[in-house]
Amino acid sequence: MIQKTHNQKAWFLVLPVIVLVAFNAVIPLMTVVNYSVQETFGDNVFFWEGVKWFEQVLHSSRFHDALLRQLAFTGIILVIEIPLGVLIALQMPRKGPWVSVCLVLMALPLLIPWNVVGAMWNIFALPDIGLLGKTLNSLGIAYNFTRDPTAAWFTVVLMDVWHWTSLVVLLAYAGLSSIPDAYYQAAKIDGASRWAVFRYIQLPKMKRVLTIAVLLRFMDSFMIYTEPFVLTGGGPGNATTFLSIDLVKTALGQFDLGPAAAMSLIYFLIILLLSWLFYTVTMRNEGD
Amino acid sequence: MTLELEKIQLRVGADSHIYETDLSLEAGRFNILLGTTLAGKTSLMRLMAGLEKPTAGRVLFNGRDVTHVPVQQRSVAFVYQQFINYPNFTVYDNIASPLRVQGKSRAQIEAAVAPVAELLKLTPMLHRLPSELSGGQQQRTALARALVKRADLVLLDEPLANLDYKLREELREELPPLFADQGATVVYATSEPVEALLLGGYTAAMSQGRVVEFGETQTLYRNPGSVLSARVFSDPPINVMPLTRDAQGVVIAGERYPANGAFTALPFGDYHAGIRPHHLTLADAKGDSIAFTASVRVSEITGSESLVHARLHDHDWVSQNHGVHAVNPGDAVTLHMHTNRALVFDRQGRRIH
Repeated sequence: MIQKTHNQKAWFLVLPVIVLVAFNAVIPLMTVVNYSVQETFGDNVFFWEGVKWFEQVLHSSRFHDALLRQLAFTGIILVIEIPLGVLIALQMPRKGPWVSVCLVLMALPLLIPWNVVGAMWNIFALPDIGLLGKTLNSLGIAYNFTRDPTAAWFTVVLMDVWHWTSLVVLLAYAGLSSIPDAYYQAAKIDGASRWAVFRYIQLPKMKRVLTIAVLLRFMDSFMIYTEPFVLTGGGPGNATTFLSIDLVKTALGQFDLGPAAAMSLIYFLIILLLSWLFYTVTMRNEGD
Repeated sequence: MTLELEKIQLRVGADSHIYETDLSLEAGRFNILLGTTLAGKTSLMRLMAGLEKPTAGRVLFNGRDVTHVPVQQRSVAFVYQQFINYPNFTVYDNIASPLRVQGKSRAQIEAAVAPVAELLKLTPMLHRLPSELSGGQQQRTALARALVKRADLVLLDEPLANLDYKLREELREELPPLFADQGATVVYATSEPVEALLLGGYTAAMSQGRVVEFGETQTLYRNPGSVLSARVFSDPPINVMPLTRDAQGVVIAGERYPANGAFTALPFGDYHAGIRPHHLTLADAKGDSIAFTASVRVSEITGSESLVHARLHDHDWVSQNHGVHAVNPGDAVTLHMHTNRALVFDRQGRRIH
């Protein structure tokens, strides 16, 4: 018979993790839940409100607009970054001295802090002195991101593509490098075209990493805050007020802590739900 | 189809992958490339297929120079050690893929795939994806793809190496007739001498980027033309020892013995003696032999066989014996060299007797 030993010291060993998770996730989340069902005017005085804030948020056209903008933004950047990333990864050399050069170049944007990216592009795109803005204007294209919503969107999307396509490139490249050379030889012997090799060998072999890439880009872009904040603070008007900018305006601008907490929870659930849906659908047909 | 390699060479940068080689494979035969890893088997196959352009020399199919003909126009099928199939095609679509590229009709494809699938026992799993198959089934699918193509040249690069023992045995028996029935010229690369012997046909012994010798498999095994091809075609490794024949008898590895067996008729001079491990036994030999005592270094028992590694002066001997012989490291054992079976080479490694 197996003698089970009970050693209470084990609790001590998992304590750091418990503390970390508690302070990192559980306590903040519960605080938000707490705020989302109560009204407070400060001084630690709370009034029970039930689901009032949730109803208010779900029925507010301001939230709807921010959500729509958010979905549109995420949709646009996914449609651009995923194919572009794959395309660049396909062009990268498979071996030789240029591999490390390419990898470092690709990794550079990922190493730059988000607010620095925002500031850089803000200056770059300024219509009077920025290289991009000035060039566009002198080419006869009216471009002013502080006044024109289309220009503001264009700038934010461009910024995000510049900042994050590299991530897709690196993931896709990793997927491509794991394909044994024999696959390409076999395709060559079959007389398969370049497109057939991509469609029937490279794409299926990259499916897993691309799923991860889409998930990461979806979650990250859905939480975008810094770039539009640095660029126009969500403007012009509300043109680039995405969910997180709206949330910060509600919480810290207007100090509506209850609605802001309710909104955070809804926001969190949307991301969770969409990520889960996407993952389940793409992985449904996976064998092994 | 006759395949000829004429003074073919392959250099990549400063490295020679294949040194100048001539090889002629006749139509419809089963040919084996035998050699250790890095002997150049895969490089040579890539040259035959046209996946690699030779640095010098020519490749001829039926006398026609195809050196510069791209691989997809050459009627070649290739099966690899890894199980290579299109990952999101079913088994059926995988087998059909070369025919689709050739532009065959639906009916033609169905008529061609069905018997091949039946032959390779894939019929019940035609609608599965490769990832849902066992390793053996995946490799059968790859073989079926090569088979259905009815290529003139079929290249099999250690196709059974990644399979488990049982499956390997099973497929090894099935393989040669499969392609022979098509009249294809088959080239099969392996690193195992035993596998070459089991497959039969013709064998090219390869070592360090060269075809050392080419001939009928059994003949090449029994009568290697050089030390090098004897070494390539021997597992466990053949014992090769310096030998001197003089008026008093022979000196082998520094010890003097009476001359008998293959050594009797040798003119006086310096040679190398090659004795296969199963011709060096613990049991006394029937017929001529030389006995000597050596001390055991390692003893391996595989169940039906015992391998004894023993040392005398500075020379290591390997002895292969039937049955279980329990000897321990450090023991002194008497080994019997079957001198009738010994191979004699000159000091340059060419076969004398």
